[in-house]
Amino acid sequence: MTLTNFTPLASLAGGVMIGLAAAMVLLGCGRIAGISGVFASALTPRKGEDGAWRLLFLGGLVVGGVLLSLFAPGTLGAPVTGSVGRAIAGGLLVGVGVELGAGCTSGHGVCGIGRFSPRSVVATMTFIATGILTVLALHKFGGAS
Amino acid sequence: MTSSRRNAVAFASGLLFAGGLGLSGMTKPAKVQAFLDVTGDWDPSLMLVMVGAIGVYAVAVAVARRRAAPLYATSFAWPTLSVIDARLVVGAALFGVGWGLMGFCPGPAIVSVASLAPVTVVFFFTLAITLLAMRRLLGGRDRESEASVRSAH
Repeated sequence: MTLTNFTPLASLAGGVMIGLAAAMVLLGCGRIAGISGVFASALTPRKGEDGAWRLLFLGGLVVGGVLLSLFAPGTLGAPVTGSVGRAIAGGLLVGVGVELGAGCTSGHGVCGIGRFSPRSVVATMTFIATGILTVLALHKFGGAS
Repeated sequence: MTSSRRNAVAFASGLLFAGGLGLSGMTKPAKVQAFLDVTGDWDPSLMLVMVGAIGVYAVAVAVARRRAAPLYATSFAWPTLSVIDARLVVGAALFGVGWGLMGFCPGPAIVSVASLAPVTVVFFFTLAITLLAMRRLLGGRDRESEASVRSAH
């Protein structure tokens, strides 16, 4: 095993920013900043519910991405694969998975573990484990990229 | 008034979240896959992303638990599901496979749409359509609200 491209300070600082952003949603809006849940709920709006905060949160992510692409384009990497088929398979797996499991890296991995939810600890350990196995399989059976 | 402040906080949070994802390396699929590549060229950086994010958020949770209400909303919408069942584990397992396959989870994918990389855009729209279809089929939010009604009694 070799360590390459380790960026401890930038990653820790980025993590602190993510934690602060999620804290703003909790303390300001009273909501959990689970991005898959916010996204799915924004796509299925309900009458009589003020869901504007979701659209603005997602809008902030998109505008933030535009700013990164303009001022720090190196931070936005494309998937290693160029395969459209794999992108569709990945989108389906992530979409079905986060809806069944009711959360993704932000909802379970940050917000859930941050409030010591056993459910989120189990979910996070599970998706990291199958993520590891998937990357291992990609290496083993070709198409590592 | 309260709702416009709530919306402003949400937008600022989205911006900050995107900056954090960009700085930490989460918007580089190759780096995410290197984090998952524990038997190869392992890059443990994303562990520090989690340490930083969870550490700060845990403090926010402690503050929130002492408060009757958030600043710009009437109440805290704490998650109500606590059951650890097959649905949770199967869902998380499938998500992990997709995450490993592409190196993208939902947040970084939304942020990275701005790169206009074709594969990223395809992944983003497939994810959006899948989330919409799953909500229509399963009603994810209804499950949460049923649980909150049950716990309220």
